This record gives sequence, structure tokens and C-alpha cells, in this order.
Amino acid sequence: MTYSDKVLDHYERPRNVGNLDTAAPEVGTGMVGAPACGDVMRLQIRVGADGVIEEARFKTYGCGSAIASSSLVTEWVKGRTLEQALAIRNAEIAEELALPPVKVHCSVLAEDAIRAAVADYREKQAATSAI
Amino acid sequence: MTATDTAPIYLDYAATTPVAPEVVQAMLPYLTECYGNAASRTHAWGWQAERAVEAAREQVAALVGAEPKEIIWTSGATESDNLAITGAARFHRQRGDHLVTIATEHKAVLDPMRELEREGFTVTFLAPEPNGLVDPAAFAAALGPRTVLASVMLVNNEIGVIQDIAALGEICRERGVLLHVDAAQAVGKVPIDLTRLPVDLMSFSAHKVYGPKGVGALYVRRRPRVRLAPLIHGGGHERGLRSGTLPTHQLVGMGAAYRLAGELMAAENARIGALHRRFLAAIADIEETYLNGDAEARVPHNLNVSFNFVEGESLLMAVRELAVSSGSACTSASLEPSHVLRALGRSDELAHSSLRISLGRYTTEQEVDRAAALLRDRVARLRALSPLWDMHLQGIDLNTVQWAAAH
Repeated sequence: MTYSDKVLDHYERPRNVGNLDTAAPEVGTGMVGAPACGDVMRLQIRVGADGVIEEARFKTYGCGSAIASSSLVTEWVKGRTLEQALAIRNAEIAEELALPPVKVHCSVLAEDAIRAAVADYREKQAATSAI
Repeated sequence: MTATDTAPIYLDYAATTPVAPEVVQAMLPYLTECYGNAASRTHAWGWQAERAVEAAREQVAALVGAEPKEIIWTSGATESDNLAITGAARFHRQRGDHLVTIATEHKAVLDPMRELEREGFTVTFLAPEPNGLVDPAAFAAALGPRTVLASVMLVNNEIGVIQDIAALGEICRERGVLLHVDAAQAVGKVPIDLTRLPVDLMSFSAHKVYGPKGVGALYVRRRPRVRLAPLIHGGGHERGLRSGTLPTHQLVGMGAAYRLAGELMAAENARIGALHRRFLAAIADIEETYLNGDAEARVPHNLNVSFNFVEGESLLMAVRELAVSSGSACTSASLEPSHVLRALGRSDELAHSSLRISLGRYTTEQEVDRAAALLRDRVARLRALSPLWDMHLQGIDLNTVQWAAAH
């Protein structure tokens, strides 16, 4: 398997690795994938009062392309509104990282991770405002 | 830092080995001066090639306790496996239509078996014990009145376990079932004596034993005689079992490599055994690390280790200075974890987290030390990235987690 320079760069210097406070109402957590498939991504976003993503963190169990896809996504979602973040398509991730066809599923997973994190945030917000 | 601190390290001897310098020297004249065709019975060039081919046949036979006439040259162990399994099954089609093998066999055994299923045979793919070894009672129970052939490898290519072929062969003899054994990974590592082993067919490779690629052999027992239907038809070479002009230089290389293997086996096993223990000791304190395959019944050359919560392909990428292979088949475009580790009942995480490190003739202590240090460092780095490692540290049992997606 040969990797593109961008995959190698994200793999060797992953951006925004870590955890945010899962319990905080302004944090959304998305965990997608399964160990059986060889990839699990956890993406966390902290959303400001203005609805803009202020911070993103990830941890990923998976191949280099999965790590690079999630690292890239943390950079891309930062500074975007939730709607703008949801507009990120896996094809853009795959293109940016020059993923080969067998690794496209890594970009699909990264897109899923954004959706899951946003959905978790919205659910929390709905629960908070309901009180 | 000196050059040797960053030089890549080859630890993939189970994939292939370099051709030993002595072997290269033995081969060279047969590419230039002695270029005759061993089938040319009418002139000196042919006689010279034939002498070389027969001397090589004797060298191969001598290492495994066979008669030279029982050795059939092939292009490698894959062809030998195909010829043994397909050839015996087709020849004995009238006698039975059932075959038995082990789920952890090499694809060169499993795929011909699947092909025979399409021809109407029934195949039992027996699961080994969690340590990779075949339970003789389960093996005996799998043999039925319609069973014509069983195939069990001597040393597993992924996990290095050594099967008790003597016991399985006795069972086959009692039941009138032919036994084929793939010995590609065993030659030069475990003594093989076919005068005693109740084995009917055995596959050999040259390039796993410091010989050239593209050549191998099949042992076909003469007493009692084992009959095969050939796969390759042509000039009737190799007693009609495998037609095609013999590649004299390749056969000379295989013969020389097998002679060397016999001479060096005892010393090499002792040295590599020490390296194996040294490596295991060096990684012993990395948490959640598992040796795959039985710890005792294995060749010391193989170290198949799972580093839990780290994915195998990313680990390979992290240790690019090491030429090793991943048990995770992600590298071969399929997303399935290793069929061998799955057959052992390893969890998906462990099956996806394995590395096969294989030591060989030219592996040094310094290389083993550097490899262990690199692994320690990179496993820690990847675990810091792993959500599964986080969950493990929090005491979460991954089997109780509802996973979101199935890609």
C-alpha cells in the first residue's frame, strides 16, 4: 500500500488528537465504525453560542487512511456552522487525501462521524432546552 | 546516529528469504556453460543437465528422508499443493468424494479445495484449537467412509505452529485416507523423516529456505504407491506427473539450499530460538500483547503478536523501518481480518491488531533489539490515538458496546 503525502502528513502529525468533555452540553460526540471492521472513529465538537464549531478532537482506531481522514475532518469542521459541517462530503475528503478506491470507506466513516457528532450535540441541546 | 540505526530491517523471512551466496554460486554455471536440456538423451549437454537435476533431487530427498524417485519437481509449493490435492482427489473420484482440511491452511490448499467443491466434492474445513493445533480426535471424527484425502500443513505460515503430523498420519493410515502435508514453512526448521512419517504427499518450496523463487517439489510416496492425475500435460516429464522442461539452474539451487538447510538446521534453530526469546522478553511489558499460536509447539522463527487496540495496518505504517507483515488482510484490499486468526477464535480487535515477525538466517541481535524498541514506541503512540484504548483504560468491555456502523 502506498500512501499519498497528505495521508502521511496527517498520519505522522495528526491534528487535534484528544478528548473533550463528553458530558458538557456544548460538546457533541460521534463514534462510528466497529472493531470488527478494523476502524472506529470518535469525533468530538464543541459548539459556541453562535452555532459555530469552536473546537474539534478525534481519536481513531484504524488504518493510516482512517487516521488521516479523521484528522483532516477536525481541521475542516473548525470554524464552520453545523450546517456547513454537515455539507462536507466523503468525496471531498477522499479527493483531498488522494485515497485509493479500497480506502474510500475511511472517508465515508469520517463523514458519518461528523453527522453523529452533530446529531449528538443537537440531541443534547434539545434535552437541555426541554427542561 | 549511525547508518545502521536507521537502516530498514528485514523480518519477513516467512514471506521469502534471500538466496544464500553458496546457492547462487552453485546455480550460476547452469545458466551459462551447462545450459543443456535434461530431457536431451542424445548428447553431452543433456547428460550433464540430467546429472545435475538428479543430484539436486537426491539432495532434496536426503533432507526429508525420501527416495529421489519420490520427488517431483514443480514451480513451487503452490503448484505442489494444487497437484497433490486436485491430482489425488480426481484420481480417486470413484472411491470417494470427501476431503478434509484445516481452516488455518494456506490459500494454496484452501483454494484448490474450494475448486474441488465446484467439481462436486464435499470438503470439511476443520477449526483448530485456540492455540492453532488440530485436535486428533476432532480430526478422526471428520474422516468418513467417503473421505479420500486430508491436507494439514506441518508449520503454519502465519502463526508458526507445528502440527502433530505423525499422530494425524496414523489416523489417516487406519482409515485408508491419503494425507497431504504442506511443508513449505517447515523445511530447515523442523526435522522431517518420511521413512517414519505416515505421509503420502508433501509440498516443498525453495525460496523459503534460502533457495531461488519459482521452484519447488512434491513428494509422492512409492510404497504404498500414491496415484495422481497430472494437472500439466506435455512431454511426460517427471514420470508423467508434471510436464515441462526442467529448469536446471533452479533445481540445482533448490538442491544446494536443502543441503545447506540440513547442515545448518540445529545451529540455526538454537540461534533463532535465542533471538525469539530475546524479542519476547523485550516486549513482555507492553500491556495487552498476545502471542498468537501455541507458545511451545511452534518454530522459533515465527512471532505472531497482537497488540490489542492498535490496528495492524496503521502499525505496519508506523514501523516502516521494519519489513514485517500484518495479520490484518487490510493490506490486500479485503477488509476481512486474517482467516487464520479468526479460525483460532481471536476477537476481531485482536485479529485486526496482529503483526507477523519472522526471523531468519541473517537476523542479528541488534536487529531484534531495534525492532522491539520501535514497536514499543509506536504501539504507545497509536494507543494514544485509539478510542478503543481509552475505553479499555476506562474499564469498558468492548463486547458490550453497541457499534454504530458496519462498513
